[in-house]
Amino acid sequence: MTDNLQFDAQGRLRHLLTLEGLSRRTLVEILDAAESFIAVGEREIKKVPLLRGQTVVNLFFEPSTRTRTTFEIAAKRLSADVINLNVSASSTSKGETLLDTVRNLEAMHTDLFVVRHNESGAAHLIARHVPAHVHIINAGDGRHAHPTQGLLDAFTVRRHKGDVGKLTVAIVGDILHSRVARSEIHALTTLGAREVRVIAPKTLLPVAVEKLGVTPYTDMAEGLKDVDVVMMLRLQRERMAGAHIPSEQEYFNLYGLTPEKLAHARKDAIVMHPGPMNRGLDIDSAVADGPQSVILPQVTYGIAVRMAVMALILGGGPDAGRRA
Amino acid sequence: MSLLITGGRLIDPANGMDGKKDLYIDAKGFVASVGKAPAGFKAVRTIDAAGKIVCPGLVDLRARLREPGLEYKATIESETRAAVAAGITTLCCPPDTHPVIDTPAMAQMLQSRAWRFGLAFIHPLGALTRGLEGKLLADMESLDEAGCVGFTNAFTPVSDTQVLRRAFEYAATLDLTVFLHAEDPWLKGTGCVHEGEVSTRLGLPGIPEAAETVAVARDLALIEQTGCRAHFCGLSSARAITMVAEAQKRGLPVSADATAHHLHLTEHDIGDFDTQCHVRPPLRSKKDREALRRALKNSVLGAICSDHQPHEPDAKLAPFAQSEPGISALETLLPLTLKLVDENVLGLSEAIALLTLKPAQILGIEAGQLGVGATADVCIFDPKQAWTLTEDQIVSRGHNTPFLGNEFRGRVTHTLVGGKVVFER
Repeated sequence: MTDNLQFDAQGRLRHLLTLEGLSRRTLVEILDAAESFIAVGEREIKKVPLLRGQTVVNLFFEPSTRTRTTFEIAAKRLSADVINLNVSASSTSKGETLLDTVRNLEAMHTDLFVVRHNESGAAHLIARHVPAHVHIINAGDGRHAHPTQGLLDAFTVRRHKGDVGKLTVAIVGDILHSRVARSEIHALTTLGAREVRVIAPKTLLPVAVEKLGVTPYTDMAEGLKDVDVVMMLRLQRERMAGAHIPSEQEYFNLYGLTPEKLAHARKDAIVMHPGPMNRGLDIDSAVADGPQSVILPQVTYGIAVRMAVMALILGGGPDAGRRA
Repeated sequence: MSLLITGGRLIDPANGMDGKKDLYIDAKGFVASVGKAPAGFKAVRTIDAAGKIVCPGLVDLRARLREPGLEYKATIESETRAAVAAGITTLCCPPDTHPVIDTPAMAQMLQSRAWRFGLAFIHPLGALTRGLEGKLLADMESLDEAGCVGFTNAFTPVSDTQVLRRAFEYAATLDLTVFLHAEDPWLKGTGCVHEGEVSTRLGLPGIPEAAETVAVARDLALIEQTGCRAHFCGLSSARAITMVAEAQKRGLPVSADATAHHLHLTEHDIGDFDTQCHVRPPLRSKKDREALRRALKNSVLGAICSDHQPHEPDAKLAPFAQSEPGISALETLLPLTLKLVDENVLGLSEAIALLTLKPAQILGIEAGQLGVGATADVCIFDPKQAWTLTEDQIVSRGHNTPFLGNEFRGRVTHTLVGGKVVFER
């Protein structure tokens, strides 16, 4: 149940806030566009003039290196002007509200905000209060959504394993607190994956998670049995304080992805991780750097997927710029 | 000024009255007679209530007026004005003002301020513990003398069970009622919505049902041990209702209410982070809502209240978890209750009892009835008038309501307090 905040009156994607509610067609359109942007990244001159003269502001209320950098590179390859703003939580607590911050930047004629915030719903709030010509891409809001990560993960699966409809995928780790997991689930279920499983201890599984269309497992051997794709999640080290897990060792013993546990999956299964990895906590180095890992290609695809999303939202596919 | 309300359908559950009867009010503001004109009665004013319902002024068990301390949200004047526009003539206000209502002076100040404006009556609830800190008992006897109708720790339930036990024992000594907000602080944690389908979908920290049931179980055990009379404020879950019903069956002196919005909304109304649906306790599942509705019918719940919490606009313009909980709800109390009648949950007379007689009984005050000699606090409403709630008609300073744009049937046309018309539309 989502409102139509993400679409304009003509049904075009105006903001990307969550993958929930997007049609399979829209997802495929974005993934196909991303395919063609991969080629741009491999050229000698890695730039298309698609967003020339447009201003993109990366508005990050939460620290991030990887996501912010890939958004920055994506926008620059599309010839947009990019400004990075890291707003610490403290400056918003000094009286300026989140909306004040956005309104100030909007007054500087920003066309697109890429927003990351530690509160679920922050991107929706902003999208509800910007004028019609301003666009929002959610780069992660609290535990809610990280739609471009979900898309790039779906892209990775499609590129390495083909038709998503034939695949069984397991998402492993802190599902409860993970916006990545939620977006991956929406992407995979919308693309018609045969089965999506989530594997975690009960302390890290949200209640009623099966309502999202997934099958919950608490045991790695059972959950990983015959899967085609293993998507690992990062475990925040502060979870011990919340009494979610007793210790890093125990978590790694039960849920860390080791070659032994991976052996339950299909032999040709791929292993993914949104980064940054906690080696020896989420994942064993032997797996992270092993032959089944596609963790580094994920980063490369992230740029192409973000180019595709920006191009779609601000108008035109990969060829639109050439025609202009 | 003597007054005659004529031609209306008088519903007064306290006196078993439901029929076309004229209401005669004497110059001192008391009910002089029902049905028959008293000898020599001359009405200075006659209100034609043909086609309307005449009932006791509504009694609201819980409304935050924001004064003192948060006058930028609302004031006693603004909110008692909103109350009478909604047919509410008696309001009970929790002690979590700034400063806290834990001294007789504070309790008296609130009542005298309300008195000055001459709109709705205010009955304060006193703090159960000093400063609501959950450590030392408040001076309950002096607060009672100063007009407090009950005692509560509001949204900061006492966590030390020994202190709570002593508070119950002391209240029982003085025959006072304790009002409880059943919420376990640890299980609530940073939660802001019901832990269920919606918290999972939106990635919002959830408040499990157990946050309520654990607190109810603990409180009931101490009520049983101490014999203290207690009232649970705004129950939200089916299981808590079952526990309270069972306690009532065993004869424990416990009552409970639900808010009008919990009787209509569920977690799904939050949609995509609608902060107007951020309330405490949280909106729960459809199953819980149905249980609350049934509990009205079988009298486990003794009242419907507004749980009015007016806010300035900015309080809701924040990411969901950071927005302030609460609904500006005085003006939807009667409309939402009448909607329950339309939806065949309650009969009209039952519904009115839940807004008048029964809450007055919980408070132990002489309001909510229109027998001869009673103070003439009267609500007159047109049960057929259809209207849509828009922001410009809200009288309260707080415009924070998820019901904007909703269509209602039944609208207050006159409100009398002490025989005086304080509102008419």
